[in-house]
Amino acid sequence: MFLHGYFPAILEGLRSTLLVSAVSLAIACVFGLMGAGAKLSASRAANIAADTYTTLIRGLPELVLLLLIFYGGQILINSLADKAGLGYLDINPFIAGTTTLGFIFGAYLTETFRGAILAIPRGQSEAGLAYGMSRGQVLRRIVLPQMVRHAIPGFTNNWLVMIKATALLSIIGLDDMVHRANLASAATREPFTFYAAIGGIYLAVTTVSILLLGWVERRFSLGVRKVEF
Amino acid sequence: MVDWALIAESWPLYINGLKVSLILMAISVSASFLLSVPLAIARVSPNPLLSKPVFLYTYVIRGTPLLVQLYMIYFGLAQFEWLRESAAWPLFRNAWFCAWLAFALNSTAYTTEILAGALRQTPSGELEAARSLGLSTFSIYRRILLPSAMRRALPQYGNELVMVMHATSIASAVTIVELTRTARDVYYNNLAPLEAFGLVAVFYFVITFTLVGLVKLLEGRFLKHLRPKSADPKPA
Repeated sequence: MFLHGYFPAILEGLRSTLLVSAVSLAIACVFGLMGAGAKLSASRAANIAADTYTTLIRGLPELVLLLLIFYGGQILINSLADKAGLGYLDINPFIAGTTTLGFIFGAYLTETFRGAILAIPRGQSEAGLAYGMSRGQVLRRIVLPQMVRHAIPGFTNNWLVMIKATALLSIIGLDDMVHRANLASAATREPFTFYAAIGGIYLAVTTVSILLLGWVERRFSLGVRKVEF
Repeated sequence: MVDWALIAESWPLYINGLKVSLILMAISVSASFLLSVPLAIARVSPNPLLSKPVFLYTYVIRGTPLLVQLYMIYFGLAQFEWLRESAAWPLFRNAWFCAWLAFALNSTAYTTEILAGALRQTPSGELEAARSLGLSTFSIYRRILLPSAMRRALPQYGNELVMVMHATSIASAVTIVELTRTARDVYYNNLAPLEAFGLVAVFYFVITFTLVGLVKLLEGRFLKHLRPKSADPKPA
């Protein structure tokens, strides 16, 4: 039988891997937009806060931050809950994992988004304001749609790195694809088969991502002339 | 709040972990550098028999998580009886060797792509000039293409060095007591996550920015010709 009948279990792990990646990505986008906004803002305090955030994250391995937030956050939250008179709160690997990965990749997306916003000629937002649009309208109608085109290459890279980084969550006990492969290998004594199988699945996911995001980039670049050599 | 006594007490453990992390990084990076030069040359070759296999290699490595690659080598290879009975088995049973192999193979893929990208950016005039001087292909690579491509690749290669440094933390998953494993052990023995992981974070932070600073120095040395000239030169 294919993978000794563990194939459905592995696919279930894939679902968990994809879910964690998607939620982390959403959180990372929020952090990234906030970070980019802070870096481009006129407030010096916001600039410094955002610079500290991105520098700090780039200086640390993902695994260390993951362990720090998973174990440190657990104790911190419970001491807070204790003071508030609440019972024991459990941070599960899913919450710790998505928050941490979102926080980490938010720092990388900050740079991506910042660059993408700077790539839009200033005159366009000024023109929008001159037409009497509010700042929110300028952001929604002019900046964000054009930002997508410039942000997609960096975004694609971050997404690919992030999917692969979710494998680390198996170390803090998330029931993802790697964890399923660990269990199946232990039961069947065929570790290579299972790790190679999930390696193939990761490769399929990254390949599909590259194709899809390439299509999105072309879609958002319609009407932009390319240099022809 | 912070237990300084615990930090002082476990300091020697961290220094030991630091050594292990740095050695692991150094041997992985040297191997990947040596491998990636010929692979990058093959990658940009017009001959598909040379370039396609290298592309396949870098694509597969870059598309799968390092943790899975490490597990495949360290836990996975034990599945094959012919390997267990071969003379190479003591090597593959060794966590150090497996971690080194996984990190070197992984980093080779990324370094190859960085170097290949830099080779492709070679101004065609450089190559034409070298050919018209009658240099052999080997000399062209050794004296013209590689030196200039390596210079161009330096900023990105600096990022790759930082990535490898951070990747060594994954060796903690296969029993190697490097920095991250040290922090985990200190955490399990004292249940003090802030001290255990906070201290290791400081270590990684310092190493990362030392590396970044070193690469900046190298850039200052090797990319000097690309620095913008001062707008108003001092009067002579």
